[in-house]
Amino acid sequence: MDHIKQNIPNLFSIRVEEIWNILSSVNDPEIPVLSVLDLGIVRDVKVQDDFVEVIITPTYSGCPVMDFIGMNIRKVLSENGFRNIKITHHLSPAWTTDWMTEAGKEKLRAYGIAPPVAKTFDKNYFETLKIECPHCYSLNTKIISEFSSTACKALYQCNDCGEPFDYFKCH
Amino acid sequence: MYSKSINKAEDDLVDYTLFLADSSLIMGHRLSEWTGHGPMIEQDIAITNIALDLIGQARNFYQYAAGMITEIQGKKVTEDDLAYLRDANEFKNLLITELPNGDWAKTILKVFFLSVWQFYFYQKLIYSEDKRLSAIAEKSLKEVTYHVKWSSDWVIRLGDGTEESQGKIANAIEDLWPYTGEMFMPVEFENNLKNSVGIDVSSIKNDYIEKVAAVLKEATLYVPRESWMHTGGKKGVHTEHLGYILAEMQFLQRAYPGLEW
Repeated sequence: MDHIKQNIPNLFSIRVEEIWNILSSVNDPEIPVLSVLDLGIVRDVKVQDDFVEVIITPTYSGCPVMDFIGMNIRKVLSENGFRNIKITHHLSPAWTTDWMTEAGKEKLRAYGIAPPVAKTFDKNYFETLKIECPHCYSLNTKIISEFSSTACKALYQCNDCGEPFDYFKCH
Repeated sequence: MYSKSINKAEDDLVDYTLFLADSSLIMGHRLSEWTGHGPMIEQDIAITNIALDLIGQARNFYQYAAGMITEIQGKKVTEDDLAYLRDANEFKNLLITELPNGDWAKTILKVFFLSVWQFYFYQKLIYSEDKRLSAIAEKSLKEVTYHVKWSSDWVIRLGDGTEESQGKIANAIEDLWPYTGEMFMPVEFENNLKNSVGIDVSSIKNDYIEKVAAVLKEATLYVPRESWMHTGGKKGVHTEHLGYILAEMQFLQRAYPGLEW
């Protein structure tokens, strides 16, 4: 019996994997090089019969694109034949840049945004961290403003190449 | 605008949630008035980002309150109903949030006083027996930590700046200090909940005063003493300023009931 069981493909896990793959095509509308998986916004995927639940968490409380992201997730899942879809928002545990993938950080850098440098949110996070310029890789940079084009970024300038750039804050 | 529960604890929890929602919304709305008027573009962006954080936090609280009220009265109430269709005497926000922005120094000091209070308040609220309040506190705390940092830097910059900037922030302290006491004077719904889902505000007062004093000292500013304090916001007794905010903020929903974006 055990032998037979092992040879039956696990349909359940295949479908969950399929959904994760589909979700990798949903991008953040404000930073289009990052997928919702790169950002760590998708916390869980649950499947039961034809019912799919995707659990997402906001980056910032006031992030205006969360409803939009929920809509886009619903859209790609419908396009892939899923009909019974629920998007659930969870606030806890609170989103952190620690959940951002390494691939995501590389994509950010290539896009001209310095990725978060520290691993966890702690008291020392405000101390003088060296932020690398995404254009010339110099560490000789200065903060211009703690807030930038979106709530999740700060504005820096490179002292060597002179270019201003966005830094994705540790959060 | 909504009916009360026969269960006192449920009513208290609704009031408590609305008190936090209203304080964040009114502060966020006030700060959003700076949009396009900041002293320089980076700071214009900073203050509007803070406004956005606060309005986001307010939405989380309003959604929770709306769900509870819907269940209590068996008739659907939404976050928009709570923000746009209640009158001034139903709002429970702290008075400091509704005061006019004044100049940049006064706005900075308002952000500083409120953020430091929120910082210690949410640190305690994370341990609430109420899972939803705890989750909102956990989320908000990260954002508020950043607001404390930003506003502290500005208080120091202005206080330890020129004679003019120091004069302006010193005036702001004189104007706003009497509105900080309300943060630590609990009303009935807070007292009823302080040992369960709410926090005991007296337990964060020392931390608050220490932090404020440390920043003011670094800013070479005078640290105010205990004095007479304004109260009333949490009971719906407001300054005349709140009515004007609501008139502007609620106009669209009252002129075109049920309008959606």
